[in-house]
Amino acid sequence: MDIKSETEVSRRGVLVGGAMTAGLAAIPAAAAPVAAQQERPMTMPVTLTVNGKKQTLEVDTRTTLLDTLREHLHLTGTKKGCDHGQCGACTVIVDGKRINSCLSLAVMHQGDKITTIEGLGTPDHLHPMQAAFVKHDGYQCGYCTPGQICSAVAVLAEIKAGTPSHVTASLTDAPRATNAEMRERMSGNICRCGAYSNILDAMSEVAGTNA
Amino acid sequence: MKPFTYARATSPAEAAAAVARTPNAKFIAGGTNLLDLMKLQIETPAHLIDLQDLKLDRIEETKDGGLRIGAFVSNSDLASDARVRRDYGVLSRAIVAGASGQLRNKATTAGNLLQRTRCPYFYDTNQACNKRKPGSGCAAIGGFSRQLGIIGTSDACIATYPGDMAVAMRLLDATVETVRPDGAARAIPIADFYTLPGSTPHIETALVPGELITAVTLPKPIGGTHIYHKVRDRASYAFALVSVAAIVQRDGSGRVAVGGIAPKPWRVEAAEAVLPQGAAAVTPKLLAGAKPTHDNAFKVTLVERTLAAALIEAKG
Ligand SMILES: Cc1cc2nc3c(=O)[nH]c(=O)nc-3n(C[C@H](O)[C@H](O)[C@H](O)COP(=O)(O)OP(=O)(O)OC[C@H]3O[C@@H](n4cnc5c(N)ncnc54)[C@H](O)[C@@H]3O)c2cc1C
Ligand code: SF4
Ligand code: FES
Ligand code: FES
Repeated sequence: MDIKSETEVSRRGVLVGGAMTAGLAAIPAAAAPVAAQQERPMTMPVTLTVNGKKQTLEVDTRTTLLDTLREHLHLTGTKKGCDHGQCGACTVIVDGKRINSCLSLAVMHQGDKITTIEGLGTPDHLHPMQAAFVKHDGYQCGYCTPGQICSAVAVLAEIKAGTPSHVTASLTDAPRATNAEMRERMSGNICRCGAYSNILDAMSEVAGTNA
Repeated sequence: MKPFTYARATSPAEAAAAVARTPNAKFIAGGTNLLDLMKLQIETPAHLIDLQDLKLDRIEETKDGGLRIGAFVSNSDLASDARVRRDYGVLSRAIVAGASGQLRNKATTAGNLLQRTRCPYFYDTNQACNKRKPGSGCAAIGGFSRQLGIIGTSDACIATYPGDMAVAMRLLDATVETVRPDGAARAIPIADFYTLPGSTPHIETALVPGELITAVTLPKPIGGTHIYHKVRDRASYAFALVSVAAIVQRDGSGRVAVGGIAPKPWRVEAAEAVLPQGAAAVTPKLLAGAKPTHDNAFKVTLVERTLAAALIEAKG
């Protein structure tokens, strides 16, 4: 997408917005917050390290990390499913932790290190989890797959670090990469094709456990 | 989303003052609830104050043997903390019963306490909703109310507080520490933190505009068996229909708080007095004055059964 022309469209919006603000100023106190609404798109610089590469961008403050990756950096591996934190397609790893990039603003990630599916491995040097997904057919259409793989890599790290889950029997013993643990921890990644059992096989192989 | 300006605060007092001073400003912590609502234009702040540089991300021991949890501690870090897992198991359990691993990594202690309702009509800006638009009416009353409240509700709003963590916080008698825009600090017992809707469902807590949560403190551990039993429409990654947090002592005495049924975590100390007599004795006292709708009357039975299950689980 041509980012410049997008900005020009919003500038035209500003004129309309400006007139609206003036009109609203006359209505009583209850509407004051509306009148005070910032009508002009605001931009800010932000520097992120994405897959080991430092990137400095000027973004509208409203831009999510997801849209920054896809529309500004053209890293389209990360997918937008719901845009509301409900599907996990947008999962990326930020400073070692998996998050939903659709519910985070780019400007909140100044200085952060972000790993997307493109940064986990390359077609010639697949990450072990990517290789295991290929081997076990951990997908059908593939739309949820980048999020599944980023999540799966982080899940195994979380189990290693001792983070408890809803199915962990004892809160004081270290959790293990069992089938039930991995299923529960992957519940934030929805797959419309229902590749769940193959995803679990792939994860079990990487975790070194039997599915 | 509506356009907004964005800034980071460097001290709690400065953050509180900035939100009070700037028209239509809001704090942003993990952003997992606020951004969701901003995308739907249910929340339309003109300015966001990001709290990530406030250094409120630590869990420390208090001098009376409890824990002080920084407002910005992530839900994952809180649930994983060795002291929490050992001494406040119900809190770990409640947190990991909520949302997903990704969301818990971003969600914060204060943001979680302040998450808004999941009433479907609150989420649909075409519908009347007194909470979203005071005075517009309530589409849920007489509408599809299966998920909504059965007690503590009003003629203006029957929504529930949807979260899990706060139910455990209520059970543990936590205290919410804040700083107000004038720089004054105060401590609000969690029992007084959430307000009932009455005729003003848009007011949900005791916080004044601009008041910043700095920490949540837990009193010293009380032992017992800690249980969080959540019943929902799917096994994971769904909000509670009913949830029960319980701490049960060897002699059968203990505490109970219920989520998913009221505008706040529901706890009735008088009902706890009969806990040794079981769920059938506790439930009528716990739900005295309940006003379920046709759609959610099942929750009354579900509370009793979930409590019974929790008590069986507590016996081991
Ligand atoms: C798909 C999905 C499923 C979910 N399922 C569950 C579930 O099953 N159980 C559950 O409990 N929750 C669930 N959640 C909700 C989740 O727990 C909340 O979104 C999260 O806890 C909010 O925390 P946050 O830090 O991201 O808050 P934010 O979104 O950053 O903020 C929320 C509110 O708190 C205010 N705020 C934040 N910090 C402070 C502070 N220090 N002082 C004063 N005000 C402050 C903000 O201004 C805002 O109004 C779910 C969310 C999603 C998207
Ligand atoms: S129940 Fe409350 S939140 Fe839901 S529509 Fe009615 S007023 Fe709005
Ligand atoms: S696109 Fe982010 S969770 Fe669905
Ligand atoms: S492979 Fe198609 S959605 Fe998961």
